[in-house]
Amino acid sequence: MHELPVSQNILEISLKYANRENASKILNIYVVIGQLTSFIDESIQFYWDIISKDTIAEGAELRFTRIPAEFMCKLCNYSFPLSENQFTCPNCQSNQVEIIKGKEFYLDSIDIE
Amino acid sequence: MANPKSKISIVENILNSNDQIALQNRARLDNSNVIGMNFMASPGAGKTSLIEATLDNLKNTYKIAVIDGDVATSIDADRAANAGAQQAVQVNTGGQCHLDAVMVSNALNQLDLVDIDLLIVENVGNLICPSSFQLGTHKNVLISSIPEGDDKPYKYPQMYQNIDALVLNKIDLIPFVDFNIDYFLNGVGILNPGLINFQLSCRTKDGIEEWLEWVESNL
Repeated sequence: MHELPVSQNILEISLKYANRENASKILNIYVVIGQLTSFIDESIQFYWDIISKDTIAEGAELRFTRIPAEFMCKLCNYSFPLSENQFTCPNCQSNQVEIIKGKEFYLDSIDIE
Repeated sequence: MANPKSKISIVENILNSNDQIALQNRARLDNSNVIGMNFMASPGAGKTSLIEATLDNLKNTYKIAVIDGDVATSIDADRAANAGAQQAVQVNTGGQCHLDAVMVSNALNQLDLVDIDLLIVENVGNLICPSSFQLGTHKNVLISSIPEGDDKPYKYPQMYQNIDALVLNKIDLIPFVDFNIDYFLNGVGILNPGLINFQLSCRTKDGIEEWLEWVESNL
């Protein structure tokens, strides 16, 4: 449900930058979403199609890059992906682990003409 | 003729506009020396009960206001007022699953901030959406509860990352529920190293003193 305000923000930011360049159309929008955030691409796309209507962003393709979560063990420096219900290091079983990737959520770039 | 196609680099946080208003909310609280706390939790974890317990113990020492976010009804704001909140404002989100900075800004307009020491914002019961929307409060507090299960940090990692204190409520139910506290706290510790946590029961009042001390230490 929170994807509606998110879609509106993506539209606002895209239009702001496109207008600055006097663009006549926004073709593609590149959004980066980390796995540890809770945003669903399909829902953003759903709202997008409704809210971008009659703007220069209508018909623009939303292109999502998903960044998988990555953890790193502070003891043995082993890095590993998120696994079901487990954050401990699979190499040395330590729980001295930090999150390296997966918290991203930003609008990276747009293609305009 | 169409312009040539070109790429513009942006790299802007998508929730920037919400965060800007959150900063304004923070400035308004700071100007009136109000400390704001955002209570988040799943439905039924005990947000309103913790607010009642906090009011019950601190209302004679501090002036406390409550902003209550709910999809509908004013049950929670009424409970807060009955428990001794100096001022209580109900925000009905109209179906939206979280409070955002704009809703809190509008609610602040209805409060006399000069006359308040502590503002508690009770967010909509939900472990996902509220964690993405900063409100401008000084502390984000998550209330978890024993019956929800010990796997919640693993299932809702974002919520556990963006908080300043964790309350584990309903510890009186531990004998009746399979809840591995080490497993729970291990997940919490990885997502949010050094996070302060309080294990208490709003029903029996066990552990409530430590929580109240922490609240007071922020005022």
